[in-house]
Amino acid sequence: MNLADAVAIILWVGITFYALFGGADFGGGFWDLVAGGAERGERPRALIQRSLTPVWEANHVWLIFVLVVLWTGFPSAFKAVFTTLYVPIALAALGIVLRGSGFAFRKSVEALEARRALGATFAISSLLTPFFMGTVAGAVAAGNVPGGGNGDPFSSWLQPLPLLTGALFVATSAYLAAVFLVGDARRAGHPDLERYFLRRALGAGAVAGLAAALGLVALHGEARYVFDRLLAEGLPLVILSAVCGLALLGLLLRPVRRGPMRPLAAGAVVAVVWGWGVAQWPYLLPTSLTVDAAAAPDPTLTVVLVVFAIAAVLVLPSLGLLYALSQRDLLESEH
Amino acid sequence: MPPLDLLPLAAEASNLLAARNQMAFTLGFHIVLACFGVALPATILIANYIGLKRGDADALELARRWSKAMAVTFAVGAVTGTVLSFEFGLLWPEFMDRFGAAFGVAFAIEGIFFFVEAIFLAIYIYGWKRLSGWAHFWSGVPMVVTGIGGAFAVVAANSWMNQPQGFTLDAAGKVIDTEPLKVLFNPATGYEVPHMLLAAYMVVGFTVASIYAVGMLKGRRDRLHRLGLLIPLTIACIATPIQIFVGDTAAREVADHQPAKFAAMECIDETGTHQTEWIGGICTDDGVKFGIGIPNLDSYLVGFSADTEVIGLNDIPPDERPPANTLLHLSFDAMVGIGTALMLLALWLAWVWWRRRDIPKTPWFLRAVAVSGVGAIVAMWAGWIVTEVGRQPWIVQGYMRTSEAVTEADGIWFAFGLVIALYAVLGVITVVVLRGMSRRWREGAAEPAGAPYAPRQEVER
Repeated sequence: MNLADAVAIILWVGITFYALFGGADFGGGFWDLVAGGAERGERPRALIQRSLTPVWEANHVWLIFVLVVLWTGFPSAFKAVFTTLYVPIALAALGIVLRGSGFAFRKSVEALEARRALGATFAISSLLTPFFMGTVAGAVAAGNVPGGGNGDPFSSWLQPLPLLTGALFVATSAYLAAVFLVGDARRAGHPDLERYFLRRALGAGAVAGLAAALGLVALHGEARYVFDRLLAEGLPLVILSAVCGLALLGLLLRPVRRGPMRPLAAGAVVAVVWGWGVAQWPYLLPTSLTVDAAAAPDPTLTVVLVVFAIAAVLVLPSLGLLYALSQRDLLESEH
Repeated sequence: MPPLDLLPLAAEASNLLAARNQMAFTLGFHIVLACFGVALPATILIANYIGLKRGDADALELARRWSKAMAVTFAVGAVTGTVLSFEFGLLWPEFMDRFGAAFGVAFAIEGIFFFVEAIFLAIYIYGWKRLSGWAHFWSGVPMVVTGIGGAFAVVAANSWMNQPQGFTLDAAGKVIDTEPLKVLFNPATGYEVPHMLLAAYMVVGFTVASIYAVGMLKGRRDRLHRLGLLIPLTIACIATPIQIFVGDTAAREVADHQPAKFAAMECIDETGTHQTEWIGGICTDDGVKFGIGIPNLDSYLVGFSADTEVIGLNDIPPDERPPANTLLHLSFDAMVGIGTALMLLALWLAWVWWRRRDIPKTPWFLRAVAVSGVGAIVAMWAGWIVTEVGRQPWIVQGYMRTSEAVTEADGIWFAFGLVIALYAVLGVITVVVLRGMSRRWREGAAEPAGAPYAPRQEVER
């Protein structure tokens, strides 16, 4: 393994964390969106807000991490993606601005009407961002981003595979969030909310499974390189993902819901992300730009690795502290 | 009708203008919030420390309120900062393609600082009720350190664009080797970083103080307002004289290393000794009009002697001269002028405090403090205009032109229009939300509680 491979793995670690934690946050916004009117949606929304408030900004930083590693470690890939997929990327950025500010503002205003408008902004944008991020991932997997950049700004992502991947991202986010919220509801001692999010976890899981199955069909048609490797080198990960998903389903359907629900939900998602990575190896942009060809000079890659090591020592324990305090209810959800 | 092959060229030129304007606008918006991310934590912690050490309830209340306001400014700062990361790729893809490998490391380092800051900011902001006093205080300290570290890394990246070094290019202009430490510690880092850090502390100090000055002018003369004025104002007044020293050094460095920028901002047409320092005025091809000229002063400021030779625009190739000399010149003068005025304000406070341990009694002092926040922000914007417009036509001084860096994508003007509309709404709501919080505090009302949409009641536990 050379330096470029190591940095590519770090890039994928960042993508994994963003998919997990950023994804769960976006999913929270999704459930906020569909929670119904002010009266009916009051309690689920309160739980969502309580779970999201202390952690969403830290979770968001994984996106910055991914962008920085991409443009520092693989500048030509960064350029190729941004000069081709600038439409969905710009829309995802719009969603990020609206979501973050809408969420922060909503907690800080009084008037019901203003809260409703800001809340709707937060919730709708929670849908936009994962969808367009998904189209970007799908377009990359489909090989629609030429290594030299400046691919077609529309036909590159307005295809079945990218659009299905967008839907998959939304469904997966909703699924992750619902599973996390089942646990939060139990901890807070709200059995009715536990059932509420349980039903939604099952529904979102079914939709995500369906989108993944359709995605495989589209992958077969539009991304043969990735498809073939996914079912060869990537097969163990595909199986792992399916096993995690089914085991979680079993747990959710049992009358006494005990067991590693969160690890299983996370495992299903992590396996898909790494399956995608393995399937398009050694390409960053299948099949026109390899990891090696896109890589920055070695001293730069070394610094990225060192920075990542420092981050592992500094950021991960801090993040653990934040989650621990948050899970033990030592942080307020209101400010 | 123009020949068809000219059209792409026209589109490119148009993209350049749109992209530069959008970058300037979004950076100008973000930098104000970034200042609050860098310098507000220290301001809050000083109030927090006073509150804990002396059992001062007012100081603690100020720290609590400011941290709630910081939750809002940090969130808006985080999303507008994210937009800037996207804009690197959306607006300047060729720049990132060619030089991301060289200067990207600065952002990788900034990423860690930002990460840690976001984590401890969350712990601090949401830890008021259930963490013990000193544990809570210490949970805030990493914000101060990481705020400074993050500012260092980002400004080092900008310094590198002004004085690039630490990389090797092959014949095709591709970066084939890098020296990351030389990138980070380029010659401009030494003055740009302290200049911006001090600017952040000045912006935050004067802005927060100005809010309480307005309150006091409206007759709210309680102890809370007095402390709310004095804590941030003291920080800003300590930063100001240091800033003037750093800024003076920075100007000399620019004269040495970026003579085109210096000549443009000082309106120097001809290279020579005994240069006149122009205050105000419009730069024209035959000298400065409507300005006040002080003979020899410019040469004296650059080299402490009227015999110092200062390079004029005549020695800069026409296609390497910055655009908009008058804008640069007036921006530079605005920055220096406002900085000097703030220095006088600091001296005024220091004198009266030394004489009778109190703020000046006249309402004119409060009026001056009331406008000092806006003044500090305008001065910082003016400084960035000098730095960034003064570097043009280069994006990487001497290596890459901004026109080579810009995207070929369509719709940049359209995107810019949307961004202006979006940020206008964002800015207005931010101010409205902060004012609403302040009004509720004054009225002594409870915080909004309960579900986000619901009637106010505590639903969870």
